Amino acid sequence: MMDLDDLDRALLRSLSRDATTSAGELGRRLGLSQPAAWRRVKRLEEAGIIAGRRVAVDRPALGFGVTVFLGVKLATKGRVSLEDFERAVTAIPEVQVVQHVLGLFDYRLRVVARDIADFERVLRRRIMTLPGVGQVEANVLLTEEARPGPLG
Amino acid sequence: MQIDDTDRRILRHLLADPGLPNAQLAERAGVTGATCWRRLERMQAAGLIAPPAAVINWRAMGYEVEVSLRFNLDKTEPRAFDEFLAAAREVPEVIAIETFLGRVDVRLNVIARDMAQYQEIYRKRILTLPHIADIEALMLIATIKEESALPL
Repeated sequence: MMDLDDLDRALLRSLSRDATTSAGELGRRLGLSQPAAWRRVKRLEEAGIIAGRRVAVDRPALGFGVTVFLGVKLATKGRVSLEDFERAVTAIPEVQVVQHVLGLFDYRLRVVARDIADFERVLRRRIMTLPGVGQVEANVLLTEEARPGPLG
Repeated sequence: MQIDDTDRRILRHLLADPGLPNAQLAERAGVTGATCWRRLERMQAAGLIAPPAAVINWRAMGYEVEVSLRFNLDKTEPRAFDEFLAAAREVPEVIAIETFLGRVDVRLNVIARDMAQYQEIYRKRILTLPHIADIEALMLIATIKEESALPL
């Protein structure tokens, strides 16, 4: 595992706000030359610490007014049922995130929908018909906030 | 701002693969590079999409543990949400904060290097947050799918 210093953490803080910031600009902010900043970013990418990019969208403005997190408990368990469930659930376009968890539920799903009626359609036709699905709990997302994490 | 089919096509490809360079994104969306760039600029200026942000892989930085903590807050206290959220923002290991309508009021994503560190954070920083009525924990085993794609 790679050891990070304060400059690496500062680079990560900048890039996690805007990944398109140039090495020249990053260098100016941190007192590094452009090639030195570029080399550090490259190293963080190669170590897998910078794992791609994400684009945050204003979902309601694009017509997706509802985001719901579902906790799903499987009714039947065993290796085959987990694989069947995972294969089927990842194929649903409205399901953005699938996490296998340990605790009250077996899976956490993040589901986007146009409105509550659309969500009901996804829930009834797509989720409740998944192989092995048991108890389902829904929580409607009101606000979300990504935090910088332990980079300080 | 109204978006048309061209914007929607660009967005679909961008959200499916946010790391794509402009030239390739344009090619996939079937527009010229200049059009693609102009459309993205316009959508960014209107606040529909944010600039691409780097995704940090905490596991590659040595944070092996990720726990989703689900809270119920004491709603007899009118300032419970605000005070809880303000205090949660002070905990560096909290990487995401979400509020919900449903059985869960707030969810925090907490990361730690190992179980020993998690236990320390949980006892010293989480259990001391104000106005907690109940906590449930889901430990992340694996992320099966994580996309920002919308079924546009």
